[in-house]
Amino acid sequence: MDVDVLMTHDICGPGTIGVFHEKFGKDAKVWDPDRVVIIPDHYIFTKEEICHRNIQILRDFVKEQGLKYYYDPEFVTNTPGMPNPYKDPTKTNYKGVCHKALPEEGHVRPGEILLGTDSHTCTAGAFGQFATGIGNTDAGFVLGTGKLWLKVPPTMKFLFHGQIPPYLTAKDLILAVIGEIGVDGATYRSMYFAGEGISSLTLEDRMTLTNMAIEAGGKNGVCDVDEKTLQYVRARSNRPNWEVFKDQPGTQYSYEHEWDLSTMEPMVAKPHSPDNKDTAYNCRDVVVDRAYIGSCTGGKITDMIFAANILKGNKVKVKTFVVPGSTEVHADMKNLNLRGVPKDSNEKSIEDILIDAGCLVGPSGCSACLGGPADTFGRLQATETCISTTNRNFPGRMGSKNAAVYLASPLTVAASALTGKITDPRDYISAPIETGMAGVL
Amino acid sequence: MQSVITGRAYVLGDNIDTDQIIPAEYLSFNPAIPEERKFFGMYANSGVPPKQAGLPNGNVKFVRDNEYKSDYQIIIGGKNFGCGSSREHAPLALAEAGIKCVIAEFYARIFFRNSVNGGYVVPLECKDRLVGEIRTDDELEVHLDDGYLLNKTTGKRHDLRPLGDVLPIIEAGGIFQYARNAGMLK
Repeated sequence: MDVDVLMTHDICGPGTIGVFHEKFGKDAKVWDPDRVVIIPDHYIFTKEEICHRNIQILRDFVKEQGLKYYYDPEFVTNTPGMPNPYKDPTKTNYKGVCHKALPEEGHVRPGEILLGTDSHTCTAGAFGQFATGIGNTDAGFVLGTGKLWLKVPPTMKFLFHGQIPPYLTAKDLILAVIGEIGVDGATYRSMYFAGEGISSLTLEDRMTLTNMAIEAGGKNGVCDVDEKTLQYVRARSNRPNWEVFKDQPGTQYSYEHEWDLSTMEPMVAKPHSPDNKDTAYNCRDVVVDRAYIGSCTGGKITDMIFAANILKGNKVKVKTFVVPGSTEVHADMKNLNLRGVPKDSNEKSIEDILIDAGCLVGPSGCSACLGGPADTFGRLQATETCISTTNRNFPGRMGSKNAAVYLASPLTVAASALTGKITDPRDYISAPIETGMAGVL
Repeated sequence: MQSVITGRAYVLGDNIDTDQIIPAEYLSFNPAIPEERKFFGMYANSGVPPKQAGLPNGNVKFVRDNEYKSDYQIIIGGKNFGCGSSREHAPLALAEAGIKCVIAEFYARIFFRNSVNGGYVVPLECKDRLVGEIRTDDELEVHLDDGYLLNKTTGKRHDLRPLGDVLPIIEAGGIFQYARNAGMLK
């Protein structure tokens, strides 16, 4: 297969670059310097010098190869200690989580093939493209050749009827899907999310669905391309042409399952597996020690608006960490109001509302979603229970092996932060939450 | 590729994810630097909860403290081995620790692909569930050409599934040598 875009980041980039140099030679050139995208996002805000060294390896490679698309955390310098985060998210080259940055920066288009050294690369399938995660060796091979062997997978179809109700987000849908088929239910398969229920989701919420395809073992996840997709891609793409593929009548699927959105409930995945499903209501007696809102799965601007609408005017009962998925999300959190439109001078921003509610807001990045270095913002350090908008609750995933993580939607996480117990967000929602054009244009 | 692999078994359960195989805090080591690469052996399987580490009894260290190599050469796994993160550091860490092959019911695809394409460990599939059947510390003999596993401790024989399409890549030692053999790379 010819690869359209290859993405790597700070924890797999150095190894990938090592493979490339070892196999193609010290003076080798990448197949196309405009199709390699490097987005440091994992270990940025840490004082571990080896992590800063890894950023420097990326910088050297970008310079050596003349790569066009690199999003440097310029505040990571040779000075020892914790880097000072950006002061103004609109005035930094740094982006944050690669899966959010890729579409924002115009690297995602319908019909293309995107490979990345990260399992959540499948997120980009929300834009009607084939996107999947690979290892360093495969990525090194792509760097030199622009090609990789891939088998066309059988497709599973997940059909959603009805309109998304105000108490559900795509997170509830994907937790229901993974709970239904299991963490290995889509191994070697493509997961196709279809129906008017999916059309009713914002583009960002569709990204939550495809993001977690890997949690069912899926090779990729994909949604139909509609006017919302095209509007976004037209405004952002750094190439003018792409091809839209449509579901053909008579297509054979290896599996089909249908849901009616009006009968679905807010869901959680209990420790220690994303398929350990239950309803938020059934878990109402579970006491939580902290809440976490962030990551490629649950750190988008719509996730922040969902959370802010629950938290507005209230105070959290447990430590609540908020990590924007990208610097663009962070900028939007400062500029938009509760309805997702630019705020008036007398209105509170999303970030104001979250801080007023007692949340701790950190800088954009992968942060504690995958634990990371010991000084990572929000990392679980002890025997504690966390409810989180992230994607994985494996043992030790968010840091401590003794911690327990419940995965849920930003609505459920915010409601639980207010009560200190897992809480069905229906108790806090009386009307639909508007997100305006947030996360769209 | 060796036609017979011998060694001691280390038994794990179902859904062993790559965060358990190599926890994220160690991913800052650069596998392209030999002095750093050896740490992946030291921390291999360090994220597995102690009760599930070395079944059936658990609480068996895969790599002893302050060592880089494991006392074990063969891992027995259950369903969906290597799920989760795409980190190639996972099969690399097992190989650095001295693992030659993993025998599981089936694999998460990125782990399988990384194992094969990077030439780290041979990812074999067993026809019957071996978790519960094979115990940590059993002496095993894996006959790759003949497709079976002999447990020398119990004398029992277990069938393996053929490697199929990936056999030529494994025999070549990884995707680069395979591509060179096929004339795709110079």
